[in-house]
Amino acid sequence: MASFSTTATVDDPRISLGDDGILPPVRDGGGDDGSGPGLPDYATRLRRARLGLLVALTPILMLFVSFSSAYVMRQGLPTLDPRTNALVRDWIPVTLPKLLLINTGVLILSSVFMELARRQIKGQAVLASAESAPGASVVDQMKIPWLSLTLVLGLAFLLGQWMAWRQLAANGFYVATTPSSSFVYLLTGTHAIHLMGGVLALFVAGIASLLRRSVATRSIVVDVTAWYWHFMAGLWIYILCLLEFAG
Amino acid sequence: MATHEFAAQESHAHAAPQGFIRKWVFSLDHKVIGLQYYFLALAAVFVGMFLSLLMRIHLVTPTAILPFLGDIKPETYLTLVTMHGTIMVFFVLTTAPQGGFGNYFLPIQIGAPDMAFPVLNMLSFWTTFLGFIVMLAAFFVAGGAPLHGWTGYAPLSALQSSGPGEGLGADLWIISIAIFCIGALMGALNFITTTLDMRAKGMTMMRMPLTVWAWFVTAILGLLAFGVLLSAGILLLMDRNLGTSFFVPLVTINGQLTGHKGGSPLLWQHLFWFFGHPEVYIAILPAMGMCSQLLSVFSRKPIFGYKAMVYAILAIGLLGFMVWGHHMFMSGMSPYTAFAFSIMTMGIGVPSAIKTFNWLGTLMRGRIRFASPMLFAIGFVSLFVSGGISGPFLAQPVLDIQLHDTYFVPGHFHLIMGVASIFGIFAATYYWFPKMFGRMMNESMARWHFWFSFIGTYAIFMPMHYLGMAGMPRRYSQMTEVTYLHGLIPLQKFITYAAFVTIAGQLIFLVNLFWSMFKGKQASDNPWEATTLEWTTATPPPHDNFGGQTPVVRNGPYEYSVPGAPRDYVMQTDPEIKPAH
Amino acid sequence: MGLILLIIIWLITFASTYFFVAKTWWLPVGASAAAASIDHHFTTTFILMGVVFVAAQVALGYLVWSYRDRGTASKVAYSHGNTSLEIVWTVLTTVLFVGMNLASSSIWASERFRAAEANSVQVEVTGMQFAWYFRYPGPDGKFGATKPELEDASAGGEAALGLDMKDPASKDDVVTGTMVVPVNREIEVILRAHDVIHSFFIPTMRFKQDAVPGLAIHMHFTPIQTGEYEILCAELCGLGHYKMHGMLKVVSQEEFDKWLAAREAEKQ
Repeated sequence: MASFSTTATVDDPRISLGDDGILPPVRDGGGDDGSGPGLPDYATRLRRARLGLLVALTPILMLFVSFSSAYVMRQGLPTLDPRTNALVRDWIPVTLPKLLLINTGVLILSSVFMELARRQIKGQAVLASAESAPGASVVDQMKIPWLSLTLVLGLAFLLGQWMAWRQLAANGFYVATTPSSSFVYLLTGTHAIHLMGGVLALFVAGIASLLRRSVATRSIVVDVTAWYWHFMAGLWIYILCLLEFAG
Repeated sequence: MATHEFAAQESHAHAAPQGFIRKWVFSLDHKVIGLQYYFLALAAVFVGMFLSLLMRIHLVTPTAILPFLGDIKPETYLTLVTMHGTIMVFFVLTTAPQGGFGNYFLPIQIGAPDMAFPVLNMLSFWTTFLGFIVMLAAFFVAGGAPLHGWTGYAPLSALQSSGPGEGLGADLWIISIAIFCIGALMGALNFITTTLDMRAKGMTMMRMPLTVWAWFVTAILGLLAFGVLLSAGILLLMDRNLGTSFFVPLVTINGQLTGHKGGSPLLWQHLFWFFGHPEVYIAILPAMGMCSQLLSVFSRKPIFGYKAMVYAILAIGLLGFMVWGHHMFMSGMSPYTAFAFSIMTMGIGVPSAIKTFNWLGTLMRGRIRFASPMLFAIGFVSLFVSGGISGPFLAQPVLDIQLHDTYFVPGHFHLIMGVASIFGIFAATYYWFPKMFGRMMNESMARWHFWFSFIGTYAIFMPMHYLGMAGMPRRYSQMTEVTYLHGLIPLQKFITYAAFVTIAGQLIFLVNLFWSMFKGKQASDNPWEATTLEWTTATPPPHDNFGGQTPVVRNGPYEYSVPGAPRDYVMQTDPEIKPAH
Repeated sequence: MGLILLIIIWLITFASTYFFVAKTWWLPVGASAAAASIDHHFTTTFILMGVVFVAAQVALGYLVWSYRDRGTASKVAYSHGNTSLEIVWTVLTTVLFVGMNLASSSIWASERFRAAEANSVQVEVTGMQFAWYFRYPGPDGKFGATKPELEDASAGGEAALGLDMKDPASKDDVVTGTMVVPVNREIEVILRAHDVIHSFFIPTMRFKQDAVPGLAIHMHFTPIQTGEYEILCAELCGLGHYKMHGMLKVVSQEEFDKWLAAREAEKQ
């Protein structure tokens, strides 16, 4: 089947239609995998979706890079205490709740499940295209619902984050208590919001079969969500390290 | 498995939508979305111009009583300044060239049937629209719109008690900008993915028109910059409403402690200008692409140094991220850092100069046709030179000591970013109007519009350099308190009169635009005899841009007056020419 | 049309340049030691950039007229460019821009890379909505502590700054609404702000520096001419920004000593 490369190279015509002059009505991508007349083929759609995700991850990364630079700057910055006319640093590190380590484990596990879900539905998409050959049929096999498990773990992570914030508050660290606590809430909160987006995408992918989307489409949605999910997991580890070791 | 897809994000229904809502309101067609952005910007520019007129009146006659609005207080003046700048920069300069014309013509110019993600495209417009509504809402809440300038420096912008308008109005301002960031990022996503992944066969990167290069690099700048602005806005909202102290050190307002401490006002400036400097290139790059395009078409000559132009766009984009500190020479930043930023800033003048040389080189030994788009392209070059020349003054910290926060600065940026970019929008309008609406705009009215605008904007903004040299500070609501400013009031009055006349001249454009949509002369498919892909298709283009056919590209975008060719232009889809070099 | 464009572009260029050359509206007279070299560099930059400005606009006007479409008389020179020419003008532009900048950097370095001299006259300048206050350390040479809780602008200069009279160093601090300094001495300015960012701008001294809350920024300048010079706020600070201005009085050393002694005496 077509390759799933996502790299776009300069000076490389993306479409190999092998013909010159005007062509019959077809969207770019040529090749037909039975996904219907006038639509790009699966490989093109997957590549395009992945490229879109790569592009979309860039501003998210910039958001956290920006927060990180604010974090470093704020940490190191002395300001003038008018009472003493001296420069003082007011950075008090926050003791992070141990719960965050458990949450991290949950998120990493969810990433594993997410990857399994991604490969699972990829396989289904391949089988489905085989099924379109006349006379062929595939025996329905017992499947572990990796997608739903990922969704459950994702929700568990978010719940765990919420509980961690409660613990912080119980220890007297609210959003505005110290600059360090502000950053803890800011970084973990922004991450959680973005993860919620991933949870939503999983939910949509999960009910997509009910919405009568084809398995090819669902496979693309899950693929893109999976990479997003892995990015969110990696980002979480970075945030945890930043708060723990650079705090 | 279903063999037929329902309309999904990544595919494009080959049948055009029916019904008013699907066709004109929530359209997925990049052409309709482009027009929506364009008309949003058109509404925004008239709001912005109106605000600037009020500013100009108040500045020279502070006690004037205006109809509807009564007398304008100093804080109201500052509100006008803030909202004029914000609306113009975001909802006009970042919206019309990129969201408007980019959306409409990028897919067509690369031979694609639509953007990569049409649903996302539709959402990006409505998000931007929502941002505009929220921005306007700031005028109508208790306390009114904020007075902290489009740059929103903390602590002024971070403390609700720092002045009138700094309450809910300032929160709405931040929220509006945050919404705008998200809309812009969605748009950037589409532009980049489409340019990389959906070019037609034969449309290599180095055969793309310079307009496409400009939109592409502009989108990359936006992708990297708007996330940072969003982050700054979030931190500012937290300082204002949650009691954090990212930007606010220990301060008192009217002798009252505010509860903040330890924050850094300079942090806001760094974050804002890390976005803010790329933003000015976001505002100008599409117009530069447009200018290149039009100079070539109307000189009947290839653009001089296509490769150099591409490299210059890329260099401007890259260096644009390394110069933000030149807005902060006087901020308390380290003078060593200032020196470093200053050298980088001079560096970014080089690719801009290269582009200017190449524009002149395109004109030389050409065969110039003075159609209205060309007038604005020529005007663009003049304005760009004028605005660019004042840059090296500000880029040298030792001169910036005198000029920072004086009228020299708005003189500089209005010419090079405001007016030049607007000329790019006008040029694009006159040029692509026939393709979008099937009719020509009225040439006679266009010429009047050009002369009003060209002479008028010089009359407004060139004198600001003199005011700056003489020491007139920015954002002063009146000139009555400082003795030496009294002598500058006549020059300010001249600017105000010029502003009235220039803005009156814009009504000519407005009339021309709407009248021509219904009554303009019928246009052929390629009235300018241009070579790029939008001129190969019907007028207006069909729903999928090329009527079910996919173009195959064999030539570069600027093959005019090719020796030995049958006509003085060779379309990109014509049989391949073998140029001399 | 080509001719009209040429005429208008050239007219605008000529008119703009005229007002710069004639200095119709120009820098105020320079009254600080740094002004001469700064103004000299202004002139250099004006000449260099002015030449480029005029050349580019004149060329633009000339080209659009000269190469207008004259029907069959016009002959287009088909060309995609000239790489050698690109390299030449890229190098020239770089040399011009970077060279100009490096030349100014030595002035910048001499102004900003060094701290004030040991025997400079110290004045602490505090900006707040919407006034400037000036504090002199007095004979002990030390500035007393200030406390934000003690700030009361309605009760005079010391109270406006929140001067803590319990600190012995505060006793001889003089706070005024006018900045008085002796001529030909280096003045060290310590810039502070109570509420929002302000900017201390003395056009005649070629001096500008933001006053940032949370920072005490040390700068210096040397006035070389007696007189009265206006001080402006040059960073948007709220509704009173336009009227936040003060006065710098440069006097002889004797007058300065007398004035300061009189202020000290008033405090007894």
